[in-house]
Amino acid sequence: MSKFLEVTNLNVTFPTADGDVHASNEVSYSVGLGETLAIVGESGSGKSVSNLAVMGLHNVTRTKITGSAILNLSDGPVDLISASPETVRRLRGKEMSMIFQDPMSALHPFFSIGDQIAEAWHLYNKGSKSDGIKKAIEMLDLVGIPDASVRVHDFPHQFSGGMRQRAMIAMALVNNPSLLIADEPTTALDVTVQSQILKLLKDLQNEFNMAIILITHDLGVVAEVADRICVMYGGRIVEDASVEDIFYRPEHPYTLGLLNSVPRITSGLSHRLRAIPGQPPSLINLPSGCSFQPRCEYSSRVSSGACTESVPALNDKGSGHLSRCHLDIADLNDLVKDKA
Amino acid sequence: MAENILELHNLTKFFPAKAGGIFSRAKGEVRAVDGVNLTVARGETVGLVGESGCGKTTVGRTVMKLYEPTAGRIIFDGEDITNLKRQEMKPIRSKMQMIFQDPFSSLNPRHTVGTIISSSYTIHGIEPEGGVEHSVRELLTLVGLNPEHINRFPHEFSGGQRQRIGIARSLALKPKLIVADEPVSALDVSIQAQVINLLDDLQKEFGLSYLFVAHDLSIVQHISDRVVVMYLGKVMEMAPTRTLFENPRHPYTKALLSAVPIADPKIGRSRERIIVQGDLPSPVNPPSGCVFNTRCWKAQDICRTAVPETIQIAPQQTVACHFPE
Repeated sequence: MSKFLEVTNLNVTFPTADGDVHASNEVSYSVGLGETLAIVGESGSGKSVSNLAVMGLHNVTRTKITGSAILNLSDGPVDLISASPETVRRLRGKEMSMIFQDPMSALHPFFSIGDQIAEAWHLYNKGSKSDGIKKAIEMLDLVGIPDASVRVHDFPHQFSGGMRQRAMIAMALVNNPSLLIADEPTTALDVTVQSQILKLLKDLQNEFNMAIILITHDLGVVAEVADRICVMYGGRIVEDASVEDIFYRPEHPYTLGLLNSVPRITSGLSHRLRAIPGQPPSLINLPSGCSFQPRCEYSSRVSSGACTESVPALNDKGSGHLSRCHLDIADLNDLVKDKA
Repeated sequence: MAENILELHNLTKFFPAKAGGIFSRAKGEVRAVDGVNLTVARGETVGLVGESGCGKTTVGRTVMKLYEPTAGRIIFDGEDITNLKRQEMKPIRSKMQMIFQDPFSSLNPRHTVGTIISSSYTIHGIEPEGGVEHSVRELLTLVGLNPEHINRFPHEFSGGQRQRIGIARSLALKPKLIVADEPVSALDVSIQAQVINLLDDLQKEFGLSYLFVAHDLSIVQHISDRVVVMYLGKVMEMAPTRTLFENPRHPYTKALLSAVPIADPKIGRSRERIIVQGDLPSPVNPPSGCVFNTRCWKAQDICRTAVPETIQIAPQQTVACHFPE
């Protein structure tokens, strides 16, 4: 059975004065209804850029996008990359929605929260102004804003950060979309509010059977809510597996390095953190071969300099666990054991 | 020599809260820090945690006397510095330094790295052994940067490297105390670990004391010897790191710890979570009684009327709650 969204070989390139920025290279992922896919990576790894392409939010005159992103709707599949901007516009907000990191800059400061939610509803529904406000109150209630019928007339600055993010979610879900892309939805929030928002997203997903793509750099958040994880590095997906496989059986040295470099609350008192040496690569001038190779402590184990010569393929080395590395998995496991 | 490098007694900092408009008068006060007591021993790292708006940054800045305290006393290295004037503070500033959160705005973009780091010497009129340039090169090497980059500008460095420049600058005068205000929260995870390790190494080498202000509890747990939990300008709980994380006694600490996502799916999904309702109240008009009572699931009538005393509940562990766990 095909998944709700299937992205295949997506490339996004921005021509700049310094050269082409290859922000997303041969990126493929898919997400089904009721499923949460997390896309994890550091800043500049291409995680947001790929999803903005899916939403059709890049400036097409200045961005080169190739590949496909198929949305399997009930009345047939649509390729969001080759479809006309008008077609994508009609799907945006109805079949797919997006929420962003900073709800203050994503909300319009001059219009009340209720008007902004109602505006999104009026796009796809016929009804009077008061019907729109009624719908807005219903949505605010759903996302847990107390006294929704009063607060609906408030302006964004009268809401706290957590409430603004709730309002954004209400707006994104007002037309009952099947896909929600959440780009760092809790990064700007405090931990106690973060856990409220994550629980809200999970509850709404269970209620409406949505597909959720969660873009984040926080491995803790991912561990708690994701079903499947794509790890991105240097504009490429380097590992794609279930949440248990990523955390307990990682197959890519970068994933391993990432897991080792986060201090964990559960790990008892301090051991030295195993940091990944060096810097993330520039997307204008990616290293030849594997983009992680300059920082990889295992690349010397691979014979004949394959790491610098060719980009490893994203291989399925067993049961849907994909990894982009030249190193043999058995070798990697031995090396990990040796170190531990 | 005093045992503690830093002691805060009942430190208080209120800011005037203004109603909008140019002719506005102070309408009230923002109770950013309200009666904080804490100590930092020599060579110790004290983590100061809390959500945004809890006053942790204000504590750090008031310690540095970047803000004048409203009340209370600051004892640094055995000397009461609370009421020292700007000029009198100058020799003391060389013994206490600060690392800032944002490595982009805390370095002057028009100055070279060499100028930025050596400005500490210029300001304090110190001629380091072996000359200024030699010392700057040494500092760059110490923080893991290439000493050849002394004439580069901040924009030529990445975020993590810039944070290293900030650290090098703070080390130039061989301080005793470093106030680090969210030093890694602007950095990527793989870079965070590098900077945390660097801070660890420098502490061992120079016997530094850190007041480490952060909101990320897993990092605080990793680096601190003791942890102070703040909420709305007040200290809720204070304990050695291990005690605090294993046996938190204040409901707020408990809620805060349970809200931290754990990077381990099995543990993260199976544990019991306490989700506190609502948002942080305004520090202009804090709740009466215990400031946490509006979000606390254990709150009773007394919590709304009486401010809880800070009590010693276990060796080295203090908690300000009427009904500790």
